[in-house]
Amino acid sequence: MLSRVLTVDLSSYTYSIEDRGALFEEWLGGVGVAVQLLKENMDVSADPLSEENVIVFAVGPLTSAYPLASKTVALFKSPLTGNLGESHAGGRTATSIANAGYGAIVIKGRSKKPVYVVIDNGKVHFRDARVIWGIEDSLIVGRIIAEKEPGRGTRTVMRIGGGGERLVRYACVTTETYRHFGRLGLGAVFGSKNLKAVVVNGRGSRKVVDRESYRDVYDEIFRLARESDAMKKYHLIGTAVNVNPLNEMSALPTKNLKQTRFEKAEEISGESLAESIGRRIACSHCPIACVHIAVLRLPYENEPYFYKTIMISYDYELIYSLGSMLGIGSKEGLLRLIHRVETYTLDAMSTGVCLAWATEALERGIVSKDDTIVELKFGDCDTYLKAIDYIVRQPNDFYRNLACGVEHAAKIYGGEEFALTFGKNEMPGYHTGYAAHIGYLIGLRHSHLDNAGYALDQKLREYPEPEELVGKLIKEEQWRQVLSSLVVCFFARGVYRPEIVCRALRPLGIEVSEDELNKIGEKIYLEKLRLKKQMGFDVSKLRIPKRIFEVETPHGKLSEEYIRRALDYYAKIVSEV
Amino acid sequence: MKRLIIKDIEKCVGCGMCMYACSRRKGEAGIDSSGILAVSLSGFERGATVIFCNACKEPPCVQVCPTNALRPRKGGGVVYNEKNCIACGNCINACTIGAIFRRSNGKPAVCIHCGYCVNYCPHNVLAFEEVTAGKATEVKVC
Repeated sequence: MLSRVLTVDLSSYTYSIEDRGALFEEWLGGVGVAVQLLKENMDVSADPLSEENVIVFAVGPLTSAYPLASKTVALFKSPLTGNLGESHAGGRTATSIANAGYGAIVIKGRSKKPVYVVIDNGKVHFRDARVIWGIEDSLIVGRIIAEKEPGRGTRTVMRIGGGGERLVRYACVTTETYRHFGRLGLGAVFGSKNLKAVVVNGRGSRKVVDRESYRDVYDEIFRLARESDAMKKYHLIGTAVNVNPLNEMSALPTKNLKQTRFEKAEEISGESLAESIGRRIACSHCPIACVHIAVLRLPYENEPYFYKTIMISYDYELIYSLGSMLGIGSKEGLLRLIHRVETYTLDAMSTGVCLAWATEALERGIVSKDDTIVELKFGDCDTYLKAIDYIVRQPNDFYRNLACGVEHAAKIYGGEEFALTFGKNEMPGYHTGYAAHIGYLIGLRHSHLDNAGYALDQKLREYPEPEELVGKLIKEEQWRQVLSSLVVCFFARGVYRPEIVCRALRPLGIEVSEDELNKIGEKIYLEKLRLKKQMGFDVSKLRIPKRIFEVETPHGKLSEEYIRRALDYYAKIVSEV
Repeated sequence: MKRLIIKDIEKCVGCGMCMYACSRRKGEAGIDSSGILAVSLSGFERGATVIFCNACKEPPCVQVCPTNALRPRKGGGVVYNEKNCIACGNCINACTIGAIFRRSNGKPAVCIHCGYCVNYCPHNVLAFEEVTAGKATEVKVC
C-alpha cells in the first residue's frame, strides 16, 4: 500500500518520512487522508499567509496503478476565503509522488529566503531560489528548473510565477506547463512560504497482489475509457464543447452576468477553437489526452516577416471567465488573455470574474479611472491585458484590493449585488439554474466541481422541493469524496463506478465493498464539513449575489426564496455535524 | 524477428501508457522496471516523445557489460539475464540515446522488444513489426 507520508519543514530545512498504514486504511488516500493530515499539522486559526499554514499533497491507491487516476489533491488554508482550501491538478504530479513511494507530502513552515524543494525518490534537497525569485513567467521558471534537475520524464515541477510571489489571493500553482492547482490561492501560499517550486521525481513501483486480475481489470478500464461514451466529450472537442449549448440555453455568464447569452459565443466556442489546435497533450498515465492546446501566431510589432508562435492550453472555464464574462468575442484576444494569466500563474476564473466586476464598477462610477488606471471596457482585450499586469504588480490600492478577490474589493468599494462570489470564491461558468448556484453556496469548496449542480439543472425538467435538491447535491458530493480519495479524474467519473472501483482495488490488496465505499464518502464529507466549521464556515453568513436573480437561466429567472429555503435546510444539517 | 518501432513520433501526446504497460507486465503498479520513457521536449508546449532501445546491431551496452548479463538479440537489441547482472551501471552510461534506465535495485531496465506496450499506445505512435534488414527504424517524416 502507498502509505508513506513525507513531511518537509521549510523553517528548519529538515524532512521526515513515516509509514501511516492505518491512516490510509481508514481514509483510502487523497482527500480523505489529506483532511486528517491537515488537522494533525495545522491550527485551524492559522493565518493562511503565515508560516503556520500547511500544504498537504495526497494521491491515492489507484494512482499509477490504473489509467485516468492521475490527479493530486492539495489541501491548505485558503488565503482567498480564509477557510479550507482544496485544489486538484493533473499533469505528472500524482504519478511522480506515487512512484517516489509516497501517499502524501506535507509542507510546513516558511523559508527565510526563496527556495525550491527537490524530492528525488527517498531524498529531499532544499535549493537556493534567490536567483529565480522574481521571474514572473511560470513557463520560464519551469524550463530553468527542468534543465537543472534530474528526472526527465519521471518528475513534476510545481511552480509559481509572479501571481504567487506577489500573493495574489487567487494565484495557482502550475505543473507540467499546462495543469494547475487552481482556485483558492495555493500559489499565494507557496509565495508566502518563499517556496518557488516543488519538484518530485519518482521512478518506483509497488507490487500488486494478484498480477492476473490486475491486468484484467486494467484492460477493462482501458477499454471503457477508449470505447465507451463515458469520456467521448473530453476525447473530442473537450470541455470547450460546452460554450455553444450553454449559450443557446441562456446559461453562459456574459459581461459580469448582465447577460446569459453572448452574441459572439460562436467565435470563442470549442468548435471555433478546434480550428486552432496545435497539439494535444495527456496527463501521465491517461489515454484521453484532453489537454487541448491552441496555436497563436503573432507578428512582431515592428518587424515584418517575424512571428512568435505561442502554444496555449484552453478549457471551458477559461473561455467563460476570460471570454464571455469579459465580452471578449475574438479568438485571438481570448488566447492572449489566457496566455497572460498562464504565465503569471493566476487562477483564470477568479481573474476573469475580478476584471468583470471591476469593469461594471467603473461603468457605474463606483470606482474611477484613477483606481483602474486603464479604461476597462467589456470586449477590450488590450486593456484587460494591462489590468492583469496590474493585478500582479499592484501599483495602487485598487489593484491591491482586487488581488484579494471580488468579495474583498466589493466590501471596500461597494457593488456587492454584482460581485459574483460564492463563499468568497469567484463564480464558475454555469448559470444553469438552482442546482448550480445552491451547489456553489454549499459545496465544500464552493466550486462547480463539488457536486455537478449544473448537470442536475440540465437533467431536471421541474425542480423538486429545495430540501430534496440539497439532498441530491450532498449525495453526489459525498461520492466525489471517494473519487478524490482514490484519486481519479472527475472526467472519468463515468468509468469509475462503485462496482469497478471495488474490483480495481482488490488486486492491489484492498478489499472494500460498495457499501463501505459510500460510507467512507459520507465520513469524509462530514470530516471536511467539521473542519470548515472550525475554520469559521457559517451558512447564515453566506452572501447570495443579487445579480443571479436578475437574468434568465434555462429555467427562467430564479427566485431568492427557493435558494433561501435550501440554505435554511442546509444550515440545519451543518448544525447537526 | 519482430520488434518495437516508432510509426509516427509526431503523434506522441506524452501519456506514458507504454511506460506503465512495461512494468505492469511484471506485476508492478508503477514504472520501476520500464524500459521505455515518455518525456516532454523541454516542456509540453513543444510536444512529447518516447525513448527506448533502438535495437542496435552493435550495441555499445553489450560491449561494456562485464558479466554477459546483456547479450545481442537476434534481429537487433539485447537479451538481458538478470542473474548475471552486478548492477555496475556501465550499460546505462554507454547507451548513446539514454534508453537504459536504472531500477531501484540499481540494475538496468531495458526494452526487450516484446511489443506488449503497443497494445496501450492510444495514437499508434508505436508498432510491433518485422523490420527488414538494414532498416533500423521506420520514422515517418512529416
